Amino acid sequence: MKINILVFGQLYDITKVSQLTIYEVNNTEQLTRKLIEQFPELSKFKFSIAVNKKIVQQNTILNNEDTVALLPAFSGG
Amino acid sequence: MENNNRYARQILLKEFGEAAQKKLLNAKVLVIGAGGLGCPALQYLAAAGVGNIGIVDFDVVDLTNLHRQILYSMEDIGKFKALAAAKKLSSLNPEIKIHPFNFQLTNKNSLELISGYDLVIDGSDNFATRYLVNDACVLLDKPLVYGAILRFEGQVGVFNLEDIVSKIKTNYRHLFPEPPDPLSILSCNEVGLLGVLPGIIGTMQALEAIKIITSIGKTLCNKIISYNALNNSFYDFEIVPTNNDTIPFPKTESDFLNFDYEWFCNSNSKQISAYEFDELRMNEKLTIIDVREIDELPFVDEFLFTHIPLSKFESSISQISIENKIVVFCNSGSRSLRAVNSINEIIPDCIAYSLKDGIEAWKKKNTEILN
Repeated sequence: MKINILVFGQLYDITKVSQLTIYEVNNTEQLTRKLIEQFPELSKFKFSIAVNKKIVQQNTILNNEDTVALLPAFSGG
Repeated sequence: MENNNRYARQILLKEFGEAAQKKLLNAKVLVIGAGGLGCPALQYLAAAGVGNIGIVDFDVVDLTNLHRQILYSMEDIGKFKALAAAKKLSSLNPEIKIHPFNFQLTNKNSLELISGYDLVIDGSDNFATRYLVNDACVLLDKPLVYGAILRFEGQVGVFNLEDIVSKIKTNYRHLFPEPPDPLSILSCNEVGLLGVLPGIIGTMQALEAIKIITSIGKTLCNKIISYNALNNSFYDFEIVPTNNDTIPFPKTESDFLNFDYEWFCNSNSKQISAYEFDELRMNEKLTIIDVREIDELPFVDEFLFTHIPLSKFESSISQISIENKIVVFCNSGSRSLRAVNSINEIIPDCIAYSLKDGIEAWKKKNTEILN
């Protein structure tokens, strides 16, 4: 099980890469937990999650090779 | 239209033509914020012949604005943006009406103002205004063209516009139900911004507005695009409607008038996650307070704390030491948040946090790590 992660906005400051791969997670909740284990600072941020470009608000089942994007809000104008 | 030559090049487009030009002339667009996003949006809307443009901004032009807000020039420094913008736009296109609103948008004035327009462009620079504008547009059923920028990244999207086929209509709250923690927010004033970026995003906002008004092409309704200027990449996100009952936003006019947007966007700073709590505990001395009633479970022996049940809390606040930062916990995080609010009211100078999701979430987090 391989999930491709895309990182946007200020979350990049934590992950230091805009793309990474996470293995062996079955849903978005497990994925978030695993990401926070790897990058504890992520827990300070709120971000929306998109699975294959679709924003999801609830825990969502993931399939092999899915792309999950982490999108934080920013307010600059 | 006094002089058709002005719009000749866009009228030539067979998808656009005289019909679309007439729709623009009859349209009323309100631009919130005449800054990095608002300026380019305003310039293109005025140039394209949008007949009625409102500009809301209470700020004045500063020298540091000029690298991106190219509607203004040196002689505008110190002048009110709404007035300076209106003057410049009138000389660009004297055939349209421009109304500057030189005040800050609030719950009290926004409904009346927005109701006079067909479409709103959000070029504001703070979360409180963004949630306020979104909620007002939802209440008044006005399409909202959203844009936001940070460093080399920009977001643009269209909210509150029904998709003709699916009949779906989403808004900012479906994308970001709640504002981020104020401590995690990076401001363009602190981290910088390349001037071209708001030029691109603001121009895209003007384009979306023109497409919506004239019904040409495919708009970004129920979508946002993220643009990265450093690697020229676009990524789009489809916004899916969620059950509105789970999202705390004002659903009636009186709810809206009573909603405190400043508080909504700043109150999260009173909460810390289990991870932040542990980090804080490792690094400094804290005053930790359990506000659960006597004998409530789970039992906590992992760290030292004082026990003051919420029922006796207010009468005991004066005894709390404010020498260290204070962290309050209960089972789920709601009683502790009330306790923190009381502390803030009575001792405004101290730093107090509520443990988000309570001691149960903290226990869960720490057992997961052990396993």
